[in-house]
Amino acid sequence: MKDNSIKRGVSLYSYQEEFFLKKMSLEDCIAETAKTGATGIEIVGEQSVPGCPKIPSDAFIAQWFEWMEKYNVTPVAHDMFLDYNKQKGHYWTDEEAVESFKKDIRFASALGFKVIRVIVNTTPEIMEKVIPYAEDHDIKLGIEVHAPWHINSPWMTRHWEVMEKTGTKHFGFIPDMGGFTKRLPMVQVNRLIRQGADPDIAKFVCEQHEKGVMAEYTIYEVSRMSDRRIDMSVAELSRHNTFANPVSLKEHMDRIVHVHGKFYDMTEDFIEPSIPYEDVIHVLKDGGYNGYICSEYEGNRHIQDIQEVDSVKQVKRHQQMLVNYGVE
Amino acid sequence: MFEKYMIVEENLKNVVDEDKVSGFQFGARLPYYRGVSLSMLEEIEVSVDGTILPQEKVHLIVRDKTYNLEQREQELDDRWEMGEVVQLFIENEGGLSKGKHQLGLKINIRIGYLPFPAIRNAQKEITIQ
Repeated sequence: MKDNSIKRGVSLYSYQEEFFLKKMSLEDCIAETAKTGATGIEIVGEQSVPGCPKIPSDAFIAQWFEWMEKYNVTPVAHDMFLDYNKQKGHYWTDEEAVESFKKDIRFASALGFKVIRVIVNTTPEIMEKVIPYAEDHDIKLGIEVHAPWHINSPWMTRHWEVMEKTGTKHFGFIPDMGGFTKRLPMVQVNRLIRQGADPDIAKFVCEQHEKGVMAEYTIYEVSRMSDRRIDMSVAELSRHNTFANPVSLKEHMDRIVHVHGKFYDMTEDFIEPSIPYEDVIHVLKDGGYNGYICSEYEGNRHIQDIQEVDSVKQVKRHQQMLVNYGVE
Repeated sequence: MFEKYMIVEENLKNVVDEDKVSGFQFGARLPYYRGVSLSMLEEIEVSVDGTILPQEKVHLIVRDKTYNLEQREQELDDRWEMGEVVQLFIENEGGLSKGKHQLGLKINIRIGYLPFPAIRNAQKEITIQ
């Protein structure tokens, strides 16, 4: 692994099914990550660490770094949230939001993370206020470019303006691979069919999506075919799962601080049928991206009603896919 | 998301308080991929055999600390952690009658990044011994 090449990591979010059911502990998640050959660890702090974003106890922190050494992995990214409406009937002021954000920066810093995934609802104004604090702690902040947003969406353009205006090295983008969903994830479609959606309408929506027809058109067409809510939900999959041309990342390459390797279902021959990973990785490599891509499995919620979820197997396949596409 | 794991039947029981059955209790998991402060629980609605019970009768027992509706709404620190089984105690004089019941649980979480409420529903057939 060279410093100038893309590195592989795993977001422990991927193991959420087993972690939720306490079939895997935090250490198990780290151990499984290491087994895939990945070297980076990402966490959703409020998932993996009780009490987050409070700074964990000294004992926990010591244990954490012991695990990092034992499994030969590195803390890469912590995913934060802003609970603007945490208190009933009160919406946070910017000052309150900034205070909450600072807690996450201190949390990330205590556990050795270098990047914070900024939740997409964070405003550009808050970013501007929090950047100096992130610079002091040498933490890079990355606004998550999560579908249905894409990197040139109006909201992202405003964040880009903050990056430009401040000239900071500590704020950029974290593209989520879910923003390159060329074909609708079948685990999502099939779940809605199990809940009663019309299979013919589902097939139509999948075809429209793959053709690149605008979601609003498809939603309108489906509203003429059916007046059932569940069929509309299928049509709306095309709005929430978006595809942008991967080439759109090129112009922003210097601002990409991290990448979320979202995936929904890996086949046994190491393909994610809904996302053209090879094309996106090509753009990232070509552009000289040298950060991490962290596997982020999100299929469990769509299949848990009918089958045992095997996140470990899914992540292994995803990591193998990254290797196959030249991410060592 | 996680709907099928919301109701934890193992802890189901009628609760006796000073020789009187004051209500019933069962375990519950938060249907979300992270823990949240108790204040973010907008609604916890329990139904038995299709009848919705008043929300102010639902008490949350988190690590041996009991919260009523008002206390829960004001609790910004204590959290319902991811995958954690907490107990729901429902004030209901006489408790549940012996035999099978259809237990319903609706949890509505206020989530800052969602423009709509995150409402998740679970139903389970339970048996009171």
